[in-house]
Amino acid sequence: MAFALTPEREQQVEDVLTRYPERRAALLPILWLCQRQNGWISPDVVKYVAERLELSTSIVKGVVTFYTMFFDEPVGENVVWVCRTLSCDLRGGKAIQERLESKLGCKAGHSSSDGKFTLLKAECLAACGQAPMVQINDHYYENLDLELLDRIIDTHAAKGAEAAAAEFSTFASFHAPTDGDAGSRSSVSSAPPPPSREAVRVATQPPPPADEKGDES
Amino acid sequence: MSAPTKPLLTARYGISESWKLANAERTGAYRIAREALTSRKPADLKDEVKKANIRGRGGAGFPAGVKWGFLNKQEGEEIYLVINADESEPGTFKDRSIMDLDPHRLIEGAIISCFAIDAHVAYIYVRGELAVSIGRLEQAIADARQAGYLGERPFGIDHAIEVYVHSGAGAYICGEETALLNSLEGRRGEPRLKPPFPAVKGAFGMPTIVNNVETIASVPDIVDMGGDAWSSLSRLPLDGGVRIYGVSGHVKNPGLYEAPVGITMRELIEDYAGGMLGDRPLKAVIPGGSSTPVLDPRRKVDAPAEAHPLHKWHGQSEIDVPMGVDTYRALGTMLGTCCAIVMDDTVNMVEACRNLMRFYKHESCGQCTPCREGCGWLVDVLDNLCEGRGKVADVALLVNISNNMMGNTICAFADGTAMPMLGMVQKFREEFMEAAARDVPEGVRHDESVLAMVEGRA
Ligand SMILES: Cc1cc2nc3c(=O)[nH]c(=O)nc-3n(C[C@H](O)[C@H](O)[C@H](O)COP(=O)(O)O)c2cc1C
Ligand code: SF4
Ligand code: FES
Repeated sequence: MAFALTPEREQQVEDVLTRYPERRAALLPILWLCQRQNGWISPDVVKYVAERLELSTSIVKGVVTFYTMFFDEPVGENVVWVCRTLSCDLRGGKAIQERLESKLGCKAGHSSSDGKFTLLKAECLAACGQAPMVQINDHYYENLDLELLDRIIDTHAAKGAEAAAAEFSTFASFHAPTDGDAGSRSSVSSAPPPPSREAVRVATQPPPPADEKGDES
Repeated sequence: MSAPTKPLLTARYGISESWKLANAERTGAYRIAREALTSRKPADLKDEVKKANIRGRGGAGFPAGVKWGFLNKQEGEEIYLVINADESEPGTFKDRSIMDLDPHRLIEGAIISCFAIDAHVAYIYVRGELAVSIGRLEQAIADARQAGYLGERPFGIDHAIEVYVHSGAGAYICGEETALLNSLEGRRGEPRLKPPFPAVKGAFGMPTIVNNVETIASVPDIVDMGGDAWSSLSRLPLDGGVRIYGVSGHVKNPGLYEAPVGITMRELIEDYAGGMLGDRPLKAVIPGGSSTPVLDPRRKVDAPAEAHPLHKWHGQSEIDVPMGVDTYRALGTMLGTCCAIVMDDTVNMVEACRNLMRFYKHESCGQCTPCREGCGWLVDVLDNLCEGRGKVADVALLVNISNNMMGNTICAFADGTAMPMLGMVQKFREEFMEAAARDVPEGVRHDESVLAMVEGRA
């Protein structure tokens, strides 16, 4: 059956088209809308997008295959990306991958037999200071250890992705040096508590002047 | 002794729900944009950015004020601002924090920058993985538009400004500015030959300024304080201001720290990041993303001549040189994205090197033969060395392959692969030689010192 976007997404396509001086520039945004609806970029999707933007299907396919986040085959209900680039590996990325493989019963690059999870290796996901980490669907899960990882996966399986994200997902965190014995400069305690779902660790103070031993002469 | 600086870029990070317009405005968001648009001239704003000596925060360190000066709009042309939020250089995780925790600072910077360079549209190109950041930015843009800070008449003035988010879809090379422009235009993210430079012919064939997220997010403070004052926050000349430093790897407190330009790597590791994890010895540090050649704390700066830019640090460790674009270049490395990857004495450098070269092999766009073939070949040689099949000649081969990759390609990706590779062999040659002499696989891991922690045993 031919692919079609829902009326709301069709409306979003119209909106996206107004953002660029050239129609073709809407290609990535429209592919995203399609993948969100369909789960992957099937041949029907390629055909639909090509027609919508007046491009050939080979041009659309060429773009789809260039980008790792566009799936040109079906994937599991949840896609788990485990970061294995250096900063994560220095903090245990390999152990995280090994645990995922044994827990999901599949090697990276494959899906669990129940179709619930696809496990993929990722390159650096811009969360290196919170390593090791994984991305599951749209969300990041950072500062992992094996126990936390188990809970995150179990929650996905038992309660679904949204519930897991609400409980465990994180976004960019930022934190000042611990004070040591240098006095009371850390603002960690004075910062308002972050909303419960967001595991931000915040502080905005530079270290005390006593710590600055740079060459300023 | 400089007084501790008041946080600027990260000033709102500690506020509850800092990404919401009302909360950001309570702490001054959009005050500077309003003043700039209603009471200052574009030329005057450009001048402040020039005086600020802000070096691009995306990796190359080009002075933003000078770049803006390259624009020369012709009849019938439209200028675009493109904000590079692709943040994919391994080790780098600073721009994401700006988008997540203070999107309104970025939008305010975009508004002022558009007004200054005479652009009406800014595109923020965000790597596709950052769905949360994209959602925050989109909400923030919608709220700013609703409040009248974007749209046909921002702050009531006659200079329409729209900001759009464009999501990438997973490809490191799209951080390279011309690849990014291709991706923005709906093409494969393959770099273009330069010239023409984007400032002459960029997005949609029009003059375009491409700047990093942090560069643009610094603009409000620059305009508010004045370029000279902002510049002098730095400890170095011609490399102004404050920036966000990142630290990952084997330190006690990995994370992001705002500090003046020109602190030393030793300060960053010891004073900001709390020192080495488990108080182990520091073996090596990759200073500013994986494309920057590694620093070895055992090495001393060799600059006996008084005219040498690093003479002041002659005889001191490499990690005691202030972190600046020019100082690091003189040191034979690069400041890059200013996000350091710290490694303790348990790390096998050949294995660490293999990890990074696999990244480059995976990410080469494949247009240029020296890059495509070179990256693959480096990984093959490193695989052999790591798995006990290496020969002594392989070490020279790594150098040879790297030399042939440099300066022969469309974009700087190949140089960004070859330079760190050469740095590793130069500084840790003995380890490569040892690996070549081994004929049994070591089964080395990089995570020995943290394994107990991850497994919940520590
Ligand atoms: C392979 C490669 C990857 C790059 N990735 C990024 C990136 O992720 N983010 C970024 O801001 N700049 C990146 N750059 C640098 C950009 O090409 C460009 O110089 C920069 O966005 C300009 O902004 P700035 O002057 O404000 O730093 C990359 C360059 C190369 C060669
Ligand atoms: S140097 Fe590498 S990444 Fe850059 S254009 Fe050539 S093949 Fe592509
Ligand atoms: S190395 Fe894993 S997020 Fe950067």
